[in-house]
Amino acid sequence: MEKLLEIVGLKTHFFLDNGVVPAIDGLDFWIGRGETVGVVGESGSGKSVTALSIMGVVPNPPGKTVEGEILFEGSDLLAYDAEQMRRIRGKEIAMILQDPMTSLNPVFTIGNQIAEVFMLHGGKSHPEAIEGAIEMLQVVGIPNPEKRVHEYPHQLSGGMRQRVMIAMALSCTPKLLIADEPTTALDVTIQAQTLALMASLKDRYKMAIMLITHNLGIVAEMCQRVVVMYAGKMMEEAEVESLFANPMHPYTRGLLRSLPGVDRKERRHQRLVAIPGIVPNLLNLPKGCRFSTRCEEHIGICKEEEPPLFARDRHRVRCWLMKD
Amino acid sequence: MEQEALLRVTGLKKYFPVGKGDLFKPKEMVHAVDDVSFEIKKGETLGLVGESGCGKSTLGMTLLRLTEPTAGQIWFEGKEVTRLSKGEMRSLRRQMQIIFQDPYASLNNRMTCESIVGEPLSIHKLYTGRERRERVAYLLGKVGLGAEHGKRYPHEFSGGQRQRIAIARALAMNPKLIVADEPVSALDVSIQAQVINLLEDLQNEFDLTYLFISHDLYVVEHISDRVAVMYLGQIVEIAPKDELYSSPIHPYTEALLTAAPVPDPTAKRKRVLLTGDVPSPIHLPSGCRYHERCQRRQVDCLDGVPELVFVNKDHAVRCRHF
Repeated sequence: MEKLLEIVGLKTHFFLDNGVVPAIDGLDFWIGRGETVGVVGESGSGKSVTALSIMGVVPNPPGKTVEGEILFEGSDLLAYDAEQMRRIRGKEIAMILQDPMTSLNPVFTIGNQIAEVFMLHGGKSHPEAIEGAIEMLQVVGIPNPEKRVHEYPHQLSGGMRQRVMIAMALSCTPKLLIADEPTTALDVTIQAQTLALMASLKDRYKMAIMLITHNLGIVAEMCQRVVVMYAGKMMEEAEVESLFANPMHPYTRGLLRSLPGVDRKERRHQRLVAIPGIVPNLLNLPKGCRFSTRCEEHIGICKEEEPPLFARDRHRVRCWLMKD
Repeated sequence: MEQEALLRVTGLKKYFPVGKGDLFKPKEMVHAVDDVSFEIKKGETLGLVGESGCGKSTLGMTLLRLTEPTAGQIWFEGKEVTRLSKGEMRSLRRQMQIIFQDPYASLNNRMTCESIVGEPLSIHKLYTGRERRERVAYLLGKVGLGAEHGKRYPHEFSGGQRQRIAIARALAMNPKLIVADEPVSALDVSIQAQVINLLEDLQNEFDLTYLFISHDLYVVEHISDRVAVMYLGQIVEIAPKDELYSSPIHPYTEALLTAAPVPDPTAKRKRVLLTGDVPSPIHLPSGCRYHERCQRRQVDCLDGVPELVFVNKDHAVRCRHF
């Protein structure tokens, strides 16, 4: 598959008064054209900062991408100046965020907010852009778009607002859509609608999606490949079927085991297997593997030296147990 | 095995007025809880699921009379809770405690962990001095925190640990019933499993009864004995867990169950995709509240709200067509 986006050795750190937080600490993965890649991990694992780094919108100060490359169609986005980045953002790479209420501007109609994309990136006049906005609202399945286009965000429900965000993101038919927890704030039935919509639009526009989520159910349903992150590093990467059937990293295994409802029939009445302990403080990471403090399978070297990525059966795994 | 009901609720309603209304325009009401009846047996866990705004949290609050019901009765161990005076209610609350969703908002930032857990003991004048300190240390131990945590403040704890403090606080009075309102929703999966296990262990050890409110169907399936599904202020189906998950009767239950994504990429799904949003609880749809979104709608669904009908001894459903 042709690589659309490739991240090489990315490090984004936050420089705080009491130390440096390595939110992303050396990240390598790629997304193919038209591919959906899931990025999973718990809070603080660096999923969202990865998205912000790609878009070049890491809050600075205190954050800064200190190392690495973000190659989009072969050229390094980190070398782009603000003007060049502006032309990429929203046009080539678009993003939808978790909370549709705070990501829409409450004082403009949704029509004007979508139209802005057409005017800035498509060079259209305002009436043309509003036409475009109506068309996009239709695409994302908002009933009565001619009327809705003149409404304000507070007049819409949460699910509708997320549809507006999707309409806005897709207005310029981006090649890559970054969706950061797009359905976390929505109810299950609305989540199912939104995911079905995203899947159908992905086929229609042939775009790639980087889907950031903590919900492994969504990953199983939407993604072809999965990147599992923990405390700023990628722990495992594999194709989705293979990851669920044969998780190799103890952390991935732990995550899957701690889910209620996997293997429903057999496990329904059993105790959940939790991962002991808590995510380490990024200001004070343990020596060696950062999962070693919670890992039940750790061996001597785990607490001494950080493991590299080992390739095995089309998985990439950051674990000493994978060393031959 | 017929157990006695610890809590029994009949025809419970809670309406909230919206705006002012005037002489010519009656006050509008949010029908947050509207004619809810159910029982919880001693030692069991009743799961309560539903989407946001369906009234599940209001129901939990109303049971403890943290907000006064508009109509209906609540019976706790044969006593009618709804008739108790303020003072009587306060002493009854020793038996009924609540855990909230957000452990960042439910703990006072300016109190140490020890004083948070000990506060109910002093309010109810149960233990003092050394006894109190011992009791607090015992409770912290029970929820998996060490004595060294006692002097720390909430900001020094992670989300999972904070939820443990909230659980210890709820346990302090030796309650019989705990209303757990989305206790694990704010937590990461790996931590969520720890807290669920803890709740189950405590239930076994202290013979607790839970009303477990959640929107996560898998979590509810795991922890509950029976499950009630709420939609727009009403229970639309209530049944033993296995029966509800394997053969749901109400079309909404069916839609809800198929909507949750399955963490298995090889799973084949036949999903009932609902159209539209939940209607407003102020201007309720006429007839069955679910009819606008229902995949099995028929003409007579518009004729008034259907009653909650028992299909068998334990399984009741609010739908005309089954």
